[in-house]
Amino acid sequence: MKKIENAKKDFPLLCKSDVVYLDSGATTQKPTCVLKDIEAYYEKENANPYRGAYALSVRATEVYNNARQTVSEFINAKESCEIVFTKNATESLNLLAYSYGLDNLKKDEEIVISIMEHHSNLVPWQKVSRLTGAKLKYLYTNENFEIEDSEIEEKITTKTKLVSITSVSNVTGTVNDLKKIIKRAHEVGAKVIVDASQSVAHERTDVQDLDTDFLVFSAHKMYGPLGIGVLYGKKELLEKMSPFIMGGDMIEYVYEQETTFAELPHKFEAGTQNVGGAVGLASAIKYLESFGMENIEKYEQDLLSYARAELEKLPFLTLYSPKNSPISSVLSFNINNVHPHDVSSLLDMQKVCLRSGNHCAQPLMRYLGIDSTCRISFGIYNTKEDVDRLVVALKNVYEKFEKYIKEK
Amino acid sequence: MQGFDEIYNDLIMEHSLNSPNKKKLEKPTACELGHNPNCGDEIELQVEIENGIVKDASFTGHGCAISQSSTSIMIDILRGKTIEQAKKIIDVFAKMIKRERLSDSERKLLGEGVAFENISNMPARVKCALLSWHTMQDLLEK
Repeated sequence: MKKIENAKKDFPLLCKSDVVYLDSGATTQKPTCVLKDIEAYYEKENANPYRGAYALSVRATEVYNNARQTVSEFINAKESCEIVFTKNATESLNLLAYSYGLDNLKKDEEIVISIMEHHSNLVPWQKVSRLTGAKLKYLYTNENFEIEDSEIEEKITTKTKLVSITSVSNVTGTVNDLKKIIKRAHEVGAKVIVDASQSVAHERTDVQDLDTDFLVFSAHKMYGPLGIGVLYGKKELLEKMSPFIMGGDMIEYVYEQETTFAELPHKFEAGTQNVGGAVGLASAIKYLESFGMENIEKYEQDLLSYARAELEKLPFLTLYSPKNSPISSVLSFNINNVHPHDVSSLLDMQKVCLRSGNHCAQPLMRYLGIDSTCRISFGIYNTKEDVDRLVVALKNVYEKFEKYIKEK
Repeated sequence: MQGFDEIYNDLIMEHSLNSPNKKKLEKPTACELGHNPNCGDEIELQVEIENGIVKDASFTGHGCAISQSSTSIMIDILRGKTIEQAKKIIDVFAKMIKRERLSDSERKLLGEGVAFENISNMPARVKCALLSWHTMQDLLEK
């Protein structure tokens, strides 16, 4: 196993600059192996997959399907045909909203999501709700930013047909009890979608162990390239679903007025696919596995505990993070009386990159009674030294604003 | 901290935290909402226009130091100006933010607004400085 402590040297962008990168929840940096594998694909194996009768096209097809196999093993799917490549988690969720939601939900049935969902797992369900007459209900959090068992029991009922939930909040870092939610949903006959975007790079994902019906994530948040994502679905469910995007290669027979569709997973992959992206994703998975997901989780949890403890020492900071509960990869906070955008700009002047804003979670912000937060999120290249630099930089920011705040 | 003082100067900080223009008007003749969906900044401008002159203006809402102070300073500058003068000043402010050269008379027209001249060095924050000016422009066009 490779040592995580040395991971930073695998990332050329981080080696060539002296920034502290604390925005992996938005997108991760890319290791050399991923960049090299993508380059090698385009240099040696590029052709249009599934189309050509020549060796190079056959090779591109092979490479593409090997990547699918790698993803399938990584999340422990039963078969690789349960893996559909998309553009990103957002497209995966839209595919589910259109191809599953619109076809299966009826008036007065219910869709349950949580108040901590990213807009991508929220806005599509509003559309499904409007078009089908199904009701959109929310699981709300308690004062510790967690969904309580009673909320799960109360909201997920026999009326519920679909539950779509994030594994980890991209704002508070709250780790949702997926197994409990999935068990409850299945008890009442509902299907479950897990948005694993914020957890897939930080802990092992096992779709069979979870028994989730669907699961989505993006490659670019797990050291892979931009522009490729994954939809996992149980085979029997995907088979019954209608296609989302129509076009080349997702068909069986096309007549002038009607068409029959290809088998899984091709039914959902219209048009020439992003083979280079799939190669990059597979390479990122191999990179993650070279450390071991369990070791990554342990390393990042240790770093997170350190960061939390250090930030709690700053009296001018308010943290938005569950206490005495598991959190994952993300910490949100504000400097009292200083707007997060100003904090972010002043940290930028000190070469510390973090995210400020509403994090594509406006309903959660409104629910928490705040406009925006600063958010740090870790990757395997981050170290305790990064946290120390952040803390010094935050003290500098407060120092600059202090006299004006006190005059207020 | 390199870059701090050229953006976050005393004038901007004072206006952002202690603005006399952050209030509701008693008799507004027009209101306009400005919203920056990416960062969540929201302001509501109120103006009292009498005989084609911006007699008074105010704002409420929330946002960063840049957007709050920019709004407050804009109101100071536009108060007492005719609608035509106000539109001209808004154009000049936008021109400055786009790093176009200003003539001496244009600089004079902007008054304290030149405090935002260096914001173009922070491209991520340009939209914060411009939010209220665009909102005022929309309001005056109506």
